[in-house]
Amino acid sequence: MPIETEFTPVASAVGGALIGLAAGLLMLMNGRIAGISGILGRLIMPTVDSKPAQALAFVVGIIAAPLLWTAVLDRSVAQTLTDNLPLAAIAGLLVGFGAAYGGGCTSGHGVCGLARLSPRSVVATAIFMTTAILVVFVSRHLIGGGP
Amino acid sequence: MIFLVNLLAGLLFGVGLLLSGMANPAKVLNFLDLAGHWDPSLAFVMGGAVAVTMTAYRLSSGLAKPVLDDRFHLPASRAIDGKLMLGAAIFGVGWGLVGLCPGPALVSVLLGAPAIAVFVPAMLVGIAIATWLKRSPATLEKA
Repeated sequence: MPIETEFTPVASAVGGALIGLAAGLLMLMNGRIAGISGILGRLIMPTVDSKPAQALAFVVGIIAAPLLWTAVLDRSVAQTLTDNLPLAAIAGLLVGFGAAYGGGCTSGHGVCGLARLSPRSVVATAIFMTTAILVVFVSRHLIGGGP
Repeated sequence: MIFLVNLLAGLLFGVGLLLSGMANPAKVLNFLDLAGHWDPSLAFVMGGAVAVTMTAYRLSSGLAKPVLDDRFHLPASRAIDGKLMLGAAIFGVGWGLVGLCPGPALVSVLLGAPAIAVFVPAMLVGIAIATWLKRSPATLEKA
């Protein structure tokens, strides 16, 4: 059964602003878009211009963030996640494939692209929001038993 | 220096994800569940992120080049084509299945959930396949 979560407008907006600061820092200093699927692509499928070592430094930073979080706030990260591993594998494959094929994910299109007012990103964001909402509706309300 | 900037940006991004609630798939799914116990928090994440990013991008557009690089690396494509739409649709389906997108998946790597240990390698395989397909000449001609 889906669990209820608390509405957190302030923490969410401040967290979003930190994501924006990171994206701004990366553009001002490095001239790069802070799109996570794009950065992973630069790392695992490198090209002449992809600078995989820089991408790796960013990825290490993201992965290490919970260590900083726990050290500073002295509390663990709240996370409720499916335990259906085959479903997680299928979802991971679709998320990775779709993001790379469509040129961006929630961060690349949904944050950086919208901030650049890119028409491609507006279209992509509208499409992935729509299919995600449809999938949640089907899995929770039509089939039931979804995470 | 450029590595330090990337590391710091990654850390900031990750802490932002944790603070915002984006790293909790239950919260993401409740945002996407308009017909259930709808949790609008993630609209605030996006609003905050887009507002700050837009301001920083305005600043950067006044620069001839980034501080630590010789040029801006901006997406070259402007085409709203089948690849963009199909990719976005597939991405949304995967996102809606478990509530994880690439950033939150990465920030969860050290948190120890079994689903993450499966999701992240599968996501990397997906990225590799799509990147390979987009680079192969056959798909370039069809597009």
